[in-house]
Amino acid sequence: MDKVIVADNLSLSYSKNETIINKVNFSVNSGTFVFITGASGSGKSTLLKSLYGALKPDSGSLIVAGVELNGVTKSKLNLLRRHTGIVFQDYKLVKEWNIEKNIMLPLIIGGYDSAVTKNQVDSLLKHVRLKHQSGKYPQELSGGEQQRVAMARALSHNPVLILADEPTGNLDDYSAGLIWNLLEGANEQLKSTVIVVTHHIPETMNVAYKHFHIEYGSINEVV
Amino acid sequence: MKSFKNHLSLIVALLSILFSIQTFIIVDRAIDAYKEKLVGNYSLVIVSQKRVDKKDFLQNNSLVINIDELSPDIVIKRLNSGISSKNIKLLKLSLPKFYKLKLEHYPSPLEINNLTHKLLRDKSIIKVETFSKSHDTTYKLLLLFKTVITVFALSVGLVTILLISKELKIWQFKHNERMSIMGLFGAPTWLRSAVLFRLAVVDALIATVMGFVLFTYISYSEWINEEFSSIGIDVLIYDKVTDFGVMLLVSLSLSTLLASFIVLGHKEEV
Repeated sequence: MDKVIVADNLSLSYSKNETIINKVNFSVNSGTFVFITGASGSGKSTLLKSLYGALKPDSGSLIVAGVELNGVTKSKLNLLRRHTGIVFQDYKLVKEWNIEKNIMLPLIIGGYDSAVTKNQVDSLLKHVRLKHQSGKYPQELSGGEQQRVAMARALSHNPVLILADEPTGNLDDYSAGLIWNLLEGANEQLKSTVIVVTHHIPETMNVAYKHFHIEYGSINEVV
Repeated sequence: MKSFKNHLSLIVALLSILFSIQTFIIVDRAIDAYKEKLVGNYSLVIVSQKRVDKKDFLQNNSLVINIDELSPDIVIKRLNSGISSKNIKLLKLSLPKFYKLKLEHYPSPLEINNLTHKLLRDKSIIKVETFSKSHDTTYKLLLLFKTVITVFALSVGLVTILLISKELKIWQFKHNERMSIMGLFGAPTWLRSAVLFRLAVVDALIATVMGFVLFTYISYSEWINEEFSSIGIDVLIYDKVTDFGVMLLVSLSLSTLLASFIVLGHKEEV
């Protein structure tokens, strides 16, 4: 099975004095569903940021979808991001765009045909139960609804890799259930690799998953 | 409404710059037209002991476009009583020659001074009358007027640039977030900044069209035309091709420069 992520002696930090991830080694096979857990401040989100190139490795090697992120060029990074779906903890929706256009964003960037884009967005809006609110702006939605929009955006371009940072944090059970269903669906049907950073793994998961735990700067698989 | 306000602030800033530039252009044209008018009525007079060769004289003095000999008859008529016609003929021969010089353009005091010195180097020329007192006053008035308008245009430009810099900060704050989000999904720089440049171009076009309408109205205004007619000059207030082109170029350059600063100042979100 192909490896989508390979980390070799990877170290990450925001400043020279404080290493957050220290010389870790791990790999993730294509099509795997992965949970990364750890205490607050353990470096879960930092590791996730490094996977989409928002944080450069201090040392070691990090290969994501065949792209070495240590010293990656801007154009290669953009190409990688075009095949990645990211769900941010703070949603990162464009305030001046309605939710339909927000979901379209990866499709616009990918240069998809407008008919394909329209169909895909309509289908996703139905999946996240927001079809009736398609013309609304992010600030007119609740936190749970905004997170569902962010999830729909991350899935809109059928990415090979989905990265989700606390996708259900502060969500009600209904919204959280929808999010897990979508992530499981993407993993099962699209064979996307899903990496979820979370405090709690849901009790009922319908797909097989791997579990990594981060503690004191190192990462270990929980079997 | 909020978006309209954001547009309006840049449009007003651009329009005020266009207004000051066009005002400067109109004043410059008016001064040139007035100088043209003045040069038609202005001439120098030289007194020479010898007859001046017109061709040589014009070749040696590029500022002079025509030289006409003045007839001494008027002066002689005053002395006419009691002088025989034979003596008048002799007097005519012994009188110096008077010439009126027409100049190519309305000269500056320095040009007049240089020309006077050059002419007086010729031993046969004994007097150059430049009517410098009235000439200097008029010329200095024109210069003062032009300086005042230049200072006015520069002040408006400076204030507007300050307004645009403030606008730049607002735009930077507003567009940075969207550009960062687009970047996180792999949008290349041109796509991230496309919205910004589109806004800049649209605002520049609106400002230019508003400037076009404003100055077209002014150019047909009876009051303005009467003011120019009263000083006897005919000025082109707004050239619908050249001036529109200048306005479009200025507003497009400024607004795209503003957008470029935002793109260059954009920091990637970590």
